[in-house]
Amino acid sequence: MTIRLSRREALAFGAAGMAIFTAGAPAFASMTDDAVSAFAGDAKVKEGMVSVDAPEIAENGNSVPIEVSVDSAMEGDDMVEEIMILADGNPNPDVATFKFSALSGEARASTRIRLAKTQNVVAVARMKDGSIYRASRAVKVTIGGCGG
Amino acid sequence: MAKIKPRVKVPKKAKAGEIVTIKSLISHPMESGQRKDKKTGETIPVDIVNSFKASFNGEMVFEADIDPAVSTNPYIEFTLKVPESGTLKFEWNTDNDGKFEAEKKITVS
Repeated sequence: MTIRLSRREALAFGAAGMAIFTAGAPAFASMTDDAVSAFAGDAKVKEGMVSVDAPEIAENGNSVPIEVSVDSAMEGDDMVEEIMILADGNPNPDVATFKFSALSGEARASTRIRLAKTQNVVAVARMKDGSIYRASRAVKVTIGGCGG
Repeated sequence: MAKIKPRVKVPKKAKAGEIVTIKSLISHPMESGQRKDKKTGETIPVDIVNSFKASFNGEMVFEADIDPAVSTNPYIEFTLKVPESGTLKFEWNTDNDGKFEAEKKITVS
């Protein structure tokens, strides 16, 4: 059996193909969303509270200094349990998860990370009451950090 | 491979209840699993420091789960609210080279 396509149908197929291709492109971003959902569980993810500090432009993606923090007293119920860091443009978005305690005094930590290209660094914080907050910060990368 | 060596920076003295910044670094290549061997073309397997823990007088202060996206020679900075004199212990776990430890005393004046 042969399938005959009119020009119009052929164009429609072509367009559908393009749509699939473009939908496939931001796969990394959806991996990040999946990671956030897995971290949050049933809790609703709210924007704000947590802050990500990173350079606007990173010359070398092999070592980008970042700091995550939440303004919290770290006493009683006002406590941050953990902050997960993700990079939505890396082959694998997971970067690190920091866990805090009453002995932390502050919910603040920093490290140096690899960024493959210009992308968003995402921080997701879990409070003691179970609420989840998310924030992100765009970092422009001049030289990617994934090595050849 | 380069020798794996932890380094930490902790203030020797603090006031009770003071929040101090602790800096830690361990020399480690943090092989990401993304690189290829230029000669053979084969992917170099992941070989990283996968977790970090800090405790003060046996109580957990700070922990980190680390993925390959953390840079070579992983550097971690965190805070400690010093309750009393004591010892801050650090522990790094690696994929292939076991555990590394360090400790520093803090005196409350």
